[in-house]
Amino acid sequence: MTFTRRRFLQRSAIATSTLIAAPAVFRSGALAAENPITVGSLHDQSGPIGTSGTPMVYALQLAVDEINAGGGLLGRPLKVIHYDTQSNIQLYSQYAQQLAVKDKVDVVHGGITSASREAIRPTFDRFKVLYFYNTLYEGGVCDRNTFCTGTTPAQTVEKLVPSAMKKSGKKAYIIAADYNYGQITAKWMTKYMKDNGGEILSTDFFPLDVTNFGSTISKIQAAKPDLILSALVGGNHTAFYRQWTAAGMKGKIPIASTTFGLVNEPSTLDAAESDAVIGAYGYFEELTTPASKSFVEKIKKAHPDTPYISELAACTYEGAMLWAAGVKKAGSIDRMKVIEALESGIVFDGPSGKVSLDKPTHHTVRNAFLAEVKDRKWSVLETYTDAKPADTASVCDLVKNPNDVKQYIINL
Amino acid sequence: MAIYVILALDVLNGISSLFLLCLGLAIIFGMMKIINLAHGEFIMLGAYATVISANAGVNIWIAMLVVAPLFVGVVGLVIERCLIRFLYGRLVDSMLATWGLSLLIIGIITTIYGNTQQGVPTPLGGFSIGSYQSSYYTLFLALMAAVMMAIVYGVMRYTRFGLVARATMQNPAMAATLGVNPARVYMSTFALGAAVTGLAGGLLAPVSGITPGMGGAYVAKAFMTVVGGGAAILSGTLSAASLFGSVNQIGAYFTTPVYGEVIVFTTAIVLIRLLPQGISGRFFKGNL
Repeated sequence: MTFTRRRFLQRSAIATSTLIAAPAVFRSGALAAENPITVGSLHDQSGPIGTSGTPMVYALQLAVDEINAGGGLLGRPLKVIHYDTQSNIQLYSQYAQQLAVKDKVDVVHGGITSASREAIRPTFDRFKVLYFYNTLYEGGVCDRNTFCTGTTPAQTVEKLVPSAMKKSGKKAYIIAADYNYGQITAKWMTKYMKDNGGEILSTDFFPLDVTNFGSTISKIQAAKPDLILSALVGGNHTAFYRQWTAAGMKGKIPIASTTFGLVNEPSTLDAAESDAVIGAYGYFEELTTPASKSFVEKIKKAHPDTPYISELAACTYEGAMLWAAGVKKAGSIDRMKVIEALESGIVFDGPSGKVSLDKPTHHTVRNAFLAEVKDRKWSVLETYTDAKPADTASVCDLVKNPNDVKQYIINL
Repeated sequence: MAIYVILALDVLNGISSLFLLCLGLAIIFGMMKIINLAHGEFIMLGAYATVISANAGVNIWIAMLVVAPLFVGVVGLVIERCLIRFLYGRLVDSMLATWGLSLLIIGIITTIYGNTQQGVPTPLGGFSIGSYQSSYYTLFLALMAAVMMAIVYGVMRYTRFGLVARATMQNPAMAATLGVNPARVYMSTFALGAAVTGLAGGLLAPVSGITPGMGGAYVAKAFMTVVGGGAAILSGTLSAASLFGSVNQIGAYFTTPVYGEVIVFTTAIVLIRLLPQGISGRFFKGNL
């Protein structure tokens, strides 16, 4: 037994060293044709945020499959290396290291919450791995190695607040999740309310595990606002809309939200609980353009159990396509060359319409849409073409400061 | 004036939902000394049982009041036979095993139903007091808390099963010599605790967001309440739920929800420091 094992070890050692010592030509020449370009994917497919992450993974895979069907990039196929981060920030850091150091991927698409993005962004900066963050967020990330393809408040909240005010009135009550997304989004809401002559009565933040909104609902009633602005996040916070309706408040004070319906709230809540909530995003599954319809069809065909396909999935798809266009233009997978190509104004016509990369901010100029929940579906009311990430542009200029790696937070 | 009535209703709501959430744990942990870290998942199973059966066409009240406790009771029975019965008297081991169990249950539910949210609309409507609105469901929860208290009190105090169960928990060897089969008593008590927890999950389903991981939001508060309440199941749980429920709601109303949470947990720490045996260890000694 020992003998054979020793023999085996010896032989495998010889085999390994032969392979390592083999002429470089053999390794790079013959294998290169098969040598894929690797795309890292860090998305939550389980845990509380899993419902958001699952369609993103499907969308990324769809983009990669389509690129491969068209012959790949630079004559090489693409391969996705995916890790399920399980809604766990520690796993984000761990898998980010793994993608950068062990898997040595050429690009990473991933991160859903702002907390997860800030956990992994420094890792990709340090190991010089190109990073795409494809989620709507509170804005302000200024990093030459990072491209943010989702919408920022200047693209959505700026449209949402005035149209909600026009319908209701000038006094608003803000309720938001208690982490960087909610905190910063609440600041933007406050800014846009004030810019339009409105006033904020109160701003309440909720830890993600708060489930009982009774006292908040009473407080809101006592404050008598004309409008509620919500940036509540996740399953526990969905309870707010239920308890609000149960208290008979539904329809008495309108609700506008920057997060409602990103997952599947309209289809899980009863029509009575969700009707007339308004929201603004960079994409809605209900968009009827041919590109949007075929995008939704393809994902649902491959994965019939897909939850709602929101801006998160659309931006992931578009992010991957923009990156591919950048690689094609650069004619190389070298990180700096790809960044320079992406900065030259790459445009992609995606499910949400025309998307182009903005050089000074590394964010996207894209369409934004305003919609209202009607009978458990979004009904798109308005389209704003070529919305610019003006919030980030006011603080970030990567042309002037290419070494910036900060997330700016607006001061009000 | 009306705002104080509404605030009182909020406090009542806070107390009754906390009481319902903790009663099952008080039976399993307070009485049987099994640290059931899968308590939150029992709540989640109750909520899922309600939602799934209600969406399949079962009357919402039957789904909440019958299907949820029955289903979770049966699950509890199976779990007791397969896992818990090997762990009596082993506090730390029971903690580890039930923690694993909670992950397993979350995994199973996620695999079957996905981690998308589920839901049923809240039955009953709202009513107004002055210019304020509140929901009848709040009152219904308070009523259910009272009913559950009466049932558990009745069963534990006046039935043979209650007497045997309490005797077995206090001294299983003595109970066995008197002809009681402790294994069976443990089994049925655990199933009863699970069923009560399932009922709480069912009752909370219409006012919460239902995901496989929802139990996590409840388990810490439930343990805090049961430990704060001390050994007596009913008087302990009720007094601790009243304390924490009102502190939470009033705190959240006058400050912010964040401070509301902070205040509750601070209260719990101070309480345990001052009364290591819990409220009932000091004030309701010998009560049920």
